[in-house]
Amino acid sequence: MMLNGSQIFIESLKREGVDVIFGLPGGVVLKIFDALHQQSDVKVVLTRHEQGAGHMAEGYAKATGRPGVALVTSGPGMTNIVTPLADAYMDSVPIVVFTGQVPTQLIGNDAFQEADNIGISRPCTKHNFLVRDVKDLARTIREAFHIATTGRPGPVLVDIPKDVSINTAEFDYPETVNLRGYDPDPGDDKTLITRAAEAICQAKRPIIYVGGGAVFSNAADEVKALAEIAHIPVDMTLMGLGVFPASHPLSLGMLGMHGSYTANMAIHNADLVIAVGSRFDDRVTGKTSEFCPKAKIIHIDIDPTSIRKIRDIEVHIPILGDVKAVLTELTQALKVSIDGNKKDLREPWWNQLHEWTEQHPLTYSQSDDEAIKPQYVIDRLYQLTTEKDPIVATDVGQHQMWAAQYFKLEHPRRWLTSGGLGTMGFGFPAAMGAQEAYPGRLVLCVTGDGSFQMNLQELATAVLYKLPVKIVIINNHYHGMVRQWQDLFYEGRYASSHLSGLPDYVKLAEAYGAVGLRATSPSDVDQVIQEALHTDGPVLMDFEVSRSENVYPMIPAGGANHEMLLEDPPHLGQAATSSVEAPETVTLS
Amino acid sequence: MDVENVEREHIISMRVENRSGVLARVAGLFSGRGYNIESLTVAPTLDATISLMTIVTKGDARIIEQILKQLNKLVDAISVVDLTERAHIDRDMAIIKVTTTPETRAEVFRIADIFRARVMDSTNTMYTLEVTGPGRKVEAMIYQLRSLGIEEVIRAGRIAVAREPYGADTT
Ligand SMILES: Cc1cc2nc3c(=O)[nH]c(=O)nc-3n(C[C@H](O)[C@H](O)[C@H](O)COP(=O)(O)OP(=O)(O)OC[C@H]3O[C@@H](n4cnc5c(N)ncnc54)[C@H](O)[C@@H]3O)c2cc1C
Ligand SMILES: Cc1ncc(C[n+]2csc(CCOP(=O)(O)OP(=O)(O)O)c2C)c(N)n1
Repeated sequence: MMLNGSQIFIESLKREGVDVIFGLPGGVVLKIFDALHQQSDVKVVLTRHEQGAGHMAEGYAKATGRPGVALVTSGPGMTNIVTPLADAYMDSVPIVVFTGQVPTQLIGNDAFQEADNIGISRPCTKHNFLVRDVKDLARTIREAFHIATTGRPGPVLVDIPKDVSINTAEFDYPETVNLRGYDPDPGDDKTLITRAAEAICQAKRPIIYVGGGAVFSNAADEVKALAEIAHIPVDMTLMGLGVFPASHPLSLGMLGMHGSYTANMAIHNADLVIAVGSRFDDRVTGKTSEFCPKAKIIHIDIDPTSIRKIRDIEVHIPILGDVKAVLTELTQALKVSIDGNKKDLREPWWNQLHEWTEQHPLTYSQSDDEAIKPQYVIDRLYQLTTEKDPIVATDVGQHQMWAAQYFKLEHPRRWLTSGGLGTMGFGFPAAMGAQEAYPGRLVLCVTGDGSFQMNLQELATAVLYKLPVKIVIINNHYHGMVRQWQDLFYEGRYASSHLSGLPDYVKLAEAYGAVGLRATSPSDVDQVIQEALHTDGPVLMDFEVSRSENVYPMIPAGGANHEMLLEDPPHLGQAATSSVEAPETVTLS
Repeated sequence: MDVENVEREHIISMRVENRSGVLARVAGLFSGRGYNIESLTVAPTLDATISLMTIVTKGDARIIEQILKQLNKLVDAISVVDLTERAHIDRDMAIIKVTTTPETRAEVFRIADIFRARVMDSTNTMYTLEVTGPGRKVEAMIYQLRSLGIEEVIRAGRIAVAREPYGADTT
């Protein structure tokens, strides 16, 4: 069948099972958009900014496990989507981004809207391709999806010059890929699994430290089996939240910089750490030379470069492989060797863990006559929506950490957050991508007054495509996370962290044709959430919260995991309120 | 731990897809992650679809392990071998222009002879020498000529080959 490049593009996407792409047109991709316009198998969601398209593709991918797809034009279209590419690269999100390119004979001439898409995206993609001949297009698309979704997932960019989208070729979608330099499945090592099982049997103070890799591997059941069979407590990374039920008695919650006291004390004092699809990020390890000083480490990871990457952290049993496959074998081995007495052997450990939790549980206080506490909003949101099993997207900052702490998730792929790159502006479009995949489900976006402004133009897209995301703005009139660091480490000098000139968010929502609601006192909170839940279409809830609340526990950067701040140090109150006058907020209305 | 922390030179031999952009991927990996490249050569092999890169780098055991893993992870990398870990032969080539005076000409010639260098060109005030050999030998010759007045050195970059066929551990 002879087809032109644009038709080949569409047919190839259909073969890959793509039902929706997020994008924005421009000169060199008009032929492709034109072809998309004339069919209905692949839906196009027109975003208001290419960054929005990229994060929507990420949200779609994170929620479904299937690759998200974006299509943008050359030059500025491409450069606008660099942030989502870098974000997806850091967080191992399978997306395929198609960029338009100037015609092949013009490449290198500084042609109109030309950019070196391959050069720009090289360090923030798993791989990228420039298609020079329409004959290579179908095969390249096949390879791009294969690379994005196998092994450690990641973003792949395919650059399509205008003439390639117009020229014709015989369409023949390859069944298999032939990439001799790419081996995504390293297999696993049986002897190491036996050694790991032995270590687990002998451990008195074991801990599972599970991360995003277990989510990507769809290994929630296997993680649970391992924890239960050997009675091991579970710490989750920010990216692992949901892969083990927060309500499970073996769950200690999140570890790391803003992790729970027990989760951090547990890993610091453990004698065996079982790292499952987690990558020893510096927000988790703190000071590496003092990271779990008493422990042997088992590390299960599919990417060889993740294993033994951190200089000071010795890995005693490195197991290269897919989490699901490795854990299946490991629990099998444990079933044979574990003697049933583990509960007794580990009783002191469990007593200690319970003691820590009793001493320092995650808490906040809220009374009726003070400003709304951000934690209270998250807590109520959780209580009022958990039955609906919502998907929760976040932006980046304090609100993200409070959501991680107080929104207790029971299942994987409910949590969309930007961890590695920490991209403000990620949350709202990511929520929309997930909502596009699951029109009937409740999708929440917990965001900050700062972050939301980085992609609020997508309100138009949400309204237009009827994506009923419920947006929760934790409005503290600050770049709160920045202000917190300034409180703690810069003597309360609020350099460029106060957000004056905030829009009236309720009016903003209304201007786009969405519904806006506001809560200013604790007694409004439930009512606003309930009203939003009963409203069709996108709703923006503006929660005016306390402006000085900080996130605790906190391990100051470079500290060890047992060195946690649990509340504002005594000097803070004064620094924050008296020595620096924060300007009054100007509400533009 | 001590042995781990010692910086050593490693010669990595890498077969890659013969495609545009592969060199940039490799070079970008080194610069992006702060690894050293001492020298790098690329040339086609008997198989026209494959190029061979020889990379000389320096680092302690941890860094070299990461470099090898990262190189292997490149989709365009077909095989990556650390030749330093096995018996191998390496060659560098240099063209060295030495300024001479009537007093030094004989000495320069003598040094060239010792290192089995070839005189490529000769003028009244200059010898242009070509030397081939293991990296160490080329360096030794440059070192000896230095005091006599080197005008310019051009080195090809090292290439190397394992003495035994690559085994199954070639990935
Ligand atoms: C403001 C802010 C604060 C933060 N605070 C914290 C904090 O307190 N605690 C915290 O944990 N994080 C925190 N983070 C996030 C942190 O920066 C890292 O993103 C996060 O810790 C990494 O999570 P992870 O180890 O699960 O790795 P991921 O980034 O999820 O990586 C997954 C790992 O699993 C591997 N993998 C992938 N697929 C598979 C498979 N199929 N089988 C086996 N392995 C696989 C990958 O190779 C990789 O090594 C914070 C981020 C921000 C922006
Ligand atoms: C694109 C981007 N720019 C800057 C930062 C640095 N940064 C991290 S948190 C933060 C403040 C976030 O403010 P807001 O969204 O209001 O959330 P809050 O911390 O107040 O909850 C900033 C500026 C970032 N993470 N991303």
